[in-house]
Amino acid sequence: MTPPLLRVDGLRIELDSGVPIVEDVSLEVRAGEVLGLVGESGSGKTTTALALLGFARAGVRIDAGAVEVDGEPLTGRGEAAVRALRGRLVSYVAQDPGLALNPALRIESLVGDMVRTHAQSQTGGDVARALASVHLPTDRPFARRYPHELSGGQQQRVAIATALVCAPRLVVLDEPTTGLDVVTQARILEEIDRLRRERGVAVVYVSHDLAVVGSLADRIAVMYAGRIVEEGPAAALLARPRHPYTRGLLGSVPDPGRPRRLESIPGVAVGVGERPEGCSFAPRCLQRTGDRALREMPPLEDVGGGHRVRCFEWALTPPLTLEEPAVPPGVDAEGPLLLVAGLRAEHRGRHDTVVAVRDVSFSIAGGECLAIVGESGSGKTTIARCVVGLHSPTEGSVVLDGTPLQPRAARRPREARRRIQIVFQNPNDSLNPRHRVGDAIARPARVLRDLPQRDAHAEATRLLERVRLPARIAERYPGELSGGERQRVAIARALAAHPDLVVCDEITSALDVSVQAAVLELLAELRVELRLALLFITHDLGVVASIGDRVLVLEDGAVCDDGPVAALLREPEHEYTRRLVESAPRLPRLPEVA
Amino acid sequence: MNVARLRFVRTPAGLVGTVLLAAVVGIALLGPFFAPYAPDEPVGVPFSGPAEGTPFGTDFLGRDVLSRVLWGGRSVLALAGLATLLAYAGGIAIGLVAGYSRSLLDPVLMRTADVMLSFPALLFLLVLVTGAGTSKAVLVLGVALVQMPLIARIVRTATLEQSVRGFVEAAVARGESTSAILRREILPNIAGPIAADVGLRFTYAIILVASVNFLGLGLQPPAADWALIISENRGGLTLNPYVILVPAALISLLTISVNLVGDAIARSLGISTARRRLVR
Repeated sequence: MTPPLLRVDGLRIELDSGVPIVEDVSLEVRAGEVLGLVGESGSGKTTTALALLGFARAGVRIDAGAVEVDGEPLTGRGEAAVRALRGRLVSYVAQDPGLALNPALRIESLVGDMVRTHAQSQTGGDVARALASVHLPTDRPFARRYPHELSGGQQQRVAIATALVCAPRLVVLDEPTTGLDVVTQARILEEIDRLRRERGVAVVYVSHDLAVVGSLADRIAVMYAGRIVEEGPAAALLARPRHPYTRGLLGSVPDPGRPRRLESIPGVAVGVGERPEGCSFAPRCLQRTGDRALREMPPLEDVGGGHRVRCFEWALTPPLTLEEPAVPPGVDAEGPLLLVAGLRAEHRGRHDTVVAVRDVSFSIAGGECLAIVGESGSGKTTIARCVVGLHSPTEGSVVLDGTPLQPRAARRPREARRRIQIVFQNPNDSLNPRHRVGDAIARPARVLRDLPQRDAHAEATRLLERVRLPARIAERYPGELSGGERQRVAIARALAAHPDLVVCDEITSALDVSVQAAVLELLAELRVELRLALLFITHDLGVVASIGDRVLVLEDGAVCDDGPVAALLREPEHEYTRRLVESAPRLPRLPEVA
Repeated sequence: MNVARLRFVRTPAGLVGTVLLAAVVGIALLGPFFAPYAPDEPVGVPFSGPAEGTPFGTDFLGRDVLSRVLWGGRSVLALAGLATLLAYAGGIAIGLVAGYSRSLLDPVLMRTADVMLSFPALLFLLVLVTGAGTSKAVLVLGVALVQMPLIARIVRTATLEQSVRGFVEAAVARGESTSAILRREILPNIAGPIAADVGLRFTYAIILVASVNFLGLGLQPPAADWALIISENRGGLTLNPYVILVPAALISLLTISVNLVGDAIARSLGISTARRRLVR
């Protein structure tokens, strides 16, 4: 067997204050191999990825351990010595190419600068070869473009071309497809797979998305609270996860191929500086029998076949069983609750008008969940805004229970405003940072239901319980909550109006997978308990599969496909739907639904 | 929050500023109680140097400089303070409305502000005073009007930023009134950038009030006022320098300390001065 190209040994990274971010990380990657580094926010995966280049962000330092690429140490050396190796021996592709590429430089300079830094040779040919290797045009007009003149996918290819131009032995990719739509993501993943096969580069692929990593990686390392909790061959790890966290994470990933009930991990991920003694996952662990894990950190134990697990009781971890999705609650038979007909909406700029939505019609029955799927720019959010009265359509009507509604919320009768509520995409943004959680939830009850102050606050407390949050959170400000908690508060605020329909605009897209699973679980339960109808807007087919009854596929502002979720995902008819379904990353090696 | 409000004192600049400001404001407010003479009482030969009983000598009418300085701070503080308050009341209202309206009102208000900004402040004040006569009310109103467009601009930018946020849209979808949205949802969230600027605005108001008084277009003799004292005694600079130096030093200390405290507060709120300068 070839010796490993990347060797990381006992890596420990901490804040300048001495608080550890990453502890005891050891890894090996061989040439031509892809290692998937998986973790949720705060797990230390990006910090680890940067350390592979011998780099630590300001305020952070590599405290102990060694990183070695092809025999060259990258830690414990002077900055100048390491800098000469970055780009030539190891290179890095950042998450957001829109931010990583200097907007003032042309493509040829972006790629060419890398060559000039490491070899004082002519760069024209190298740049063209690098662009060709990621399937970008190599003609001069393209090379003279600026990053903002490219699409997100092309930008990411330029970033990858830049990383590859000096033929490094190891490429570290940090969530390279997170901001891209599924079709582009599928192409980038193909590109990475081809490069490692053809060039034999070693790849470390950092992601929060097990499905993406599962489709590409040879080996997977799962990080939780700054440590690797499980590491092994991708197939073995996905088929039979041994760490309860990995198992929970797998249970949280929605799969467009197989609609199923998601299983979330209870509790909240621990942040840097609040890690408990012993196993960091122990407080959330459901299968823990003794309290040994509360005192001692378990070692990474080999369970055979190069599969290592950091758990005392890994043998007890049950195999992941997949359950059928909850039976959707009965849908009201009488006329539709909401009817949208011939909707057309435009965004007027100073110089031009963009048609965001054209001739969209749909209906939602009481208690039904209609999902709207589309890529960014397909007009799905505009539809949501038209329904709640934040955007005035140019044509078409929104009809609630047989009564046509005014375009703007302020003109609608109060009863109509009460019956339709919205939850927004960004949890950091949807709650006023200066209002206490309790006040935020109580407000709709006061304004829309005329509850007196005291009753409204009692209602807020009750609703917090309903969205599975402790009642004491009512006294907190949104800044003190995690993203998932904030999104629950936003849901509670919507429920405070006693709505019949809740419009959910990408409400899980800013959340970690396990948090997303918990929010989806909650929504599914609330639907049954409160007989809520949902208009669920998302770009993620997997999410649709786990919550939607019917789905509307949107392309370029127009409906191109619609039908029951299961049928449409199993046998997509429309060409665009088929492309979406095929590009969606899915867990290849999950056991069948029981 | 209370801790955050007081955190600015802990920085060296904040501490120095706070101590200086307290001293100067103390002199201005409490000075009259300690003044040995009435401000308009002649006690000796004009422009005589420091002597027993008159530590800073006398002015051009033979009045005690110390007494006049102790009496002369209140007008500066009161006029500049009132003008700043008025400027903020108007500026915040205009900025909120312009930033939130998304109608023709926004360009109309903002272009008017731009026109006002294109006049040099002193020229504007001189024209106003010439037209409307010299009175305290005109002075306060004039200084407020000079400041208002800048404040309105900052408030408008901050409002624009907030008005597209989810919680504001949620309030719109609830059908809340515009005034409730401005007051409950937006104003509390733009308090930071507004507060960051108060020090600078107050400093500027002090300088403007002092300048106008110095030019003789604000307060009229025999009122005791630091700027007026400098103005009416400038002929005697060589005979008794204290009559100029002491009030000039106090005005300088006041503006410097207000600025130091304002900056320290802004920094403790996490707002960089660089960004403020850009907005200006």
